[in-house]
This record gives sequence, structure tokens and C-alpha cells, in this order.
Amino acid sequence: MSAPVEEKRAFVLPEEDRGAFARILERYPTRRSALMPTLWLLQDRFGHVPPEAVPWICGQLGVTEARVAEVISFYTMFRDRPQAKYVLQVCRNISCTIHGAPSIIAHLEKRLGVRLGETTPDGMFALEGAECLGACGMGPVLQIGRHLYENLTPAKVDELLDSLRRGEPMRPDTDRELED
Amino acid sequence: MAQENGKILSRRFGRPDSHKLAAYRADGGYAALRKALLEMKPGDVTAVVKESGLRGRGGAGFPTGVKWGFVPRGAETVYFMVNADESEPGTFKDRFLMDYDPHLVLEGAMISSYAVGSKLCFVYIRGEFGWLVERMERAVEELYAEGLLGRDILGSGYDLDVIVHKGAGAYICGEETGLINSITGTKGQPSIKPPFPAVSGFLGEPTIVNNVETVAAVPFILEEGAAAYRAFGTEKSAGTKLWSVSGPVVNQGVFEIPLGMPFAEFFDGHLGGMREGETLKAVIMGGSSVPVLTADEAMAVNLDYESLQEAGTMLGSGGMIIIPERCDMVEMIQVLMHFYWDESCGQCTPCREGTGWLHRIVRRLRRGEGTSEDLDLLGRVCDGMAGLTICPLADAAVMPMRSFLQKFRPEFEALVRESRPAKPDSRWAREVR
Repeated sequence: MSAPVEEKRAFVLPEEDRGAFARILERYPTRRSALMPTLWLLQDRFGHVPPEAVPWICGQLGVTEARVAEVISFYTMFRDRPQAKYVLQVCRNISCTIHGAPSIIAHLEKRLGVRLGETTPDGMFALEGAECLGACGMGPVLQIGRHLYENLTPAKVDELLDSLRRGEPMRPDTDRELED
Repeated sequence: MAQENGKILSRRFGRPDSHKLAAYRADGGYAALRKALLEMKPGDVTAVVKESGLRGRGGAGFPTGVKWGFVPRGAETVYFMVNADESEPGTFKDRFLMDYDPHLVLEGAMISSYAVGSKLCFVYIRGEFGWLVERMERAVEELYAEGLLGRDILGSGYDLDVIVHKGAGAYICGEETGLINSITGTKGQPSIKPPFPAVSGFLGEPTIVNNVETVAAVPFILEEGAAAYRAFGTEKSAGTKLWSVSGPVVNQGVFEIPLGMPFAEFFDGHLGGMREGETLKAVIMGGSSVPVLTADEAMAVNLDYESLQEAGTMLGSGGMIIIPERCDMVEMIQVLMHFYWDESCGQCTPCREGTGWLHRIVRRLRRGEGTSEDLDLLGRVCDGMAGLTICPLADAAVMPMRSFLQKFRPEFEALVRESRPAKPDSRWAREVR
């Protein structure tokens, strides 16, 4: 069979991720069960799961494109398109609400000039509502990437946003001596 | 692995190096594993855990040793999974265990894996706990480097591998069959039981899923014996329990107390009562899915499985939410109904549709668009959900809904009678039809 005329360039896993991918395949008992860690590997590299990587995933893991699509859409943390530089996920569940999450959300909306669910025009910040983030005794709380910022006040939110704009993110509350 | 001031699970919380293998071993860590692997048969381990009265700390409270005993004898391939998908609103105890004492969790998981005959153990951590995934992965790496994981552990002939699996944002994966399905690389939708996972779970093989706090109690039980564990708690609710407490009390946080302590004593002694200017209105004892108690009801209960059940609620996950007088109970239930609607996996019609109806009815009440018929409608929707679905998520929405409506009905009626909307609330305006 001859190649299609306008063949898309095949996805190639970046060199630096090949060791990690090999380890995933080696450890998970079936190739299909390696789907979630594979999606995480790609998302950690690209910020989202690139659509051009989907056929590659299917080939590597023996799953259908439908399966990949349903998994990406089922789990709220997987993204299939580029995201803002900083996605701010603010908890709006019960404990954070008791601790004033609505006013923190209102403050963020004012400071960023966007509503919940929107991204700033410069692509710097996305403001999203989140369900319980497991920090109920330290609310209100918001998440950026792997870490949480806890016990938020309007002043702390201002300090955080300023630090992100400067490109020097303030230390998250959950970042406890992981470097050693 | 001794206890300190009655603390079995939390005694290393707050210590600076508590997460490192060297510090854990210097404190007596992995002695219980050594004892289990070198001196006990798997069946002996199960017997001790059964005798200890340890019950599942994730929410259901099922006896742990009994659950392990459901694995068919002679099963060749068995999987053990630690449920670290902690997502029940109000719950943040497993987070503390993994953050401060990852090796306690892993030692418990390893002993449990040995007991059920598993050579592959998964630790399923919710995706939002990204920093804890790193924490646990490092702890696992430390164990491989020291030969405590892999082939022939401690010269016992027992092989075990541990995989830290990162979830990706789905409350439903805390349900054990949802968790298992998630690890197979699909949507985390629960499966109907039976067959129970202990008989047919991951890849069709016997699979045991236990909560983080449950496995963290296992090293103490192995080392000190079932009687030492039973010295804490009550006859039917043995041992200690972690309570994660949120709300305007003087001391929020994670507390370890023996099961059976009166709430009033815990509230005054550990939580320090309400902050100045706040009055206690209600308490959700065991995570957002359990029926709410009024302040008076709360003050009359003891914190154990049986007492809470008698009071019409549940111990659940131990995620205690303290609700002050200033809070609008209809707003509180709106927050929760949005949560269950958002997190319903969509598989069963009563849950998929019911959670949406509950959410929309409560929302229209808060907008001042509700009628008195809506209050009865809420009850009828609940009737059409409870007990009619594959997993308990529908019930988890119904229990708070019914109890809020029953115990704080005047607040719902006031919205109808006055047709007066509460303060405008933009939180969900954009995403819910």
C-alpha cells in the first residue's frame, strides 16, 4: 500500500522521555494499563496531550483512538489542547466556601479581569473552579501544577500573581523539602 | 514502632526528616515487615489483622482481615492496591500520612501485599496530589536501592514490586472498582458487584483495595499484636482514627484519637472549640457524603462506627466539617450538589440525571425561582436515586441532600416564601445549563 499523499509527520517521542516510557512499559502488567502514565508523560512534556501523539499512543499500547479520547475527556486533569501558562484551579467546595472561597474567586476575577472558566488574553492565566483539593483545613486553596497555595487571603493572592508575572513563582505551601 | 501518647499513625507528623528511609528505619521502621516476611506465613498475618478488629478507613468500615480472607486460596496472581485517591470533601488525612510518613504507608502496603499473596502493589494517588506522587515515588526508589523491594526481599524469597499510579482528576476512582478500572487504562467507571474484586478484580484476578490509613495501621498491629491495637477504641470500633477537621474551630488539622471518644470532648479538648465570634451550627462527621448532624446532635455522639450509625450518620472517612451559624445551609448543599453532579461518572441513569436535577433545583431555590413544590420534588428525586445504582455515589449525594432538607428545612422554606434570591453567585453560572 502506498503512503497517503499528504502524510502527516509521525509523532516521535522526545529523546529525554524514552527512558521513562520504557520503564512504564516494563513495570505495568499490560500495555493497555500503561495508558494513564503515558498520557501523563506526554502532558508533563508538552503541557497537554498533543493530538498528533494519539496515533503513536495507539500503536505503542494497542488501544483505539476512541479509548484514548474517552480517557482524556473523562479525567479532568488531562488536556487535549494548549493551556495558559498558569492554570489557577481554585477550590469551591464546602470547606473552602466556609473559609471564604467565594471572595477569593471574586478577587481573582477582579485582579485578572476574567471570569471563572476564562483565560487572560495574553494566555498567561486561566482561572478555573476546582472540586475538593484535599486541603480542607488549609482553605481557601488553589492549585497550580503539582502544588497548592493554601490559606489564601486577597493579599496572598496579590503576592502570588505578582510573583507569577515576574516569572519567579512564590514557594507553594506543599513544597516541603522535596529537593533533598 | 511503638505508640507515643496514643499515636500510632501520626506520631511522626511534623518531624523534619520523617519522610526519609534512614529516619524511618532509625525509628524502628520496617521491623514489622521483617517480622512478617521472616517469621510469619501470609495466613498468620491475615489472622492477626482480623483479630485486631481493624476496619477499612476509607469510608465503608469493612473489617480488613475479613476482606483479605476473601481472596481464593491458591490464587496464583493477586493484586494489592492502596487507595490514595483521597477526594471526599472534608478529607485530608491520607495526604498527611503520605507527606510525613510515606514509609509507614509503604511498609503497611508491603505487609498487606504479602498477606494476600500479591507480587505487584499499586498505590493509586489522586492526580491533584502531584507533590505526593513525587514523595511516594522517591520513597519507593529508596526501597529498591536498599533491596527492600524487588526480588527476594530480606532473604525471605518473597518478591514484590510497587507502582505509584497517578490519577487524573475523578472522585469516582476512590470507589474500589472504579479505581481498578482506572488502572486498566479506561474511564474510572465502577463495576457491578458481585463479583467482588477480591475474587475478580484487576485483569480479572483477585484484587484487594485498602485505604492509605488502613494499611498504615498494619505495621503496628504486626509488631505489637492485635491486643495492643484493641487496647485503643471500643469493642466493635478498635484502634485509633485520624480525623481531618476543617471549619472555624480554634485548631484545624489532622488529629489521631482512639475510636469512641465523645465528640464534645474532642471538640473542646483537641479543636479548642469555635473561634471567637463563631457559633457551632452543624457538623458533617465523616466527609461530605454522610448525613449532617445539628450542633445538639453532634454534642451527644461518640466518635466510633456504631455510635455515629445510631445517630443516623456515618463515620465515613473521618473528614469532619464544622459548619458555623453564619453559613447558609442552602448554599452549603448547593456546593455539594454541584460536586456530586460534576463527579457522577454518568454510567447509571438515576445518578447521572438525579444529581443534575438536585443541583438545578437547589440552584433555582437560591435564585428565588423555586416553589414550595420543589422541596417535595427534591425528596422524590432522592427516592429515585438511593440504592438504585452500581456504586454508592448516588447515595452519597442523597444522604446530605435529605438530611439538610430535613434538619434545616426552614432555610429552604424561607427562600421559597420570600422568593428572595441569595447573593448573586458567579461560581457556576458559566458552566451549568
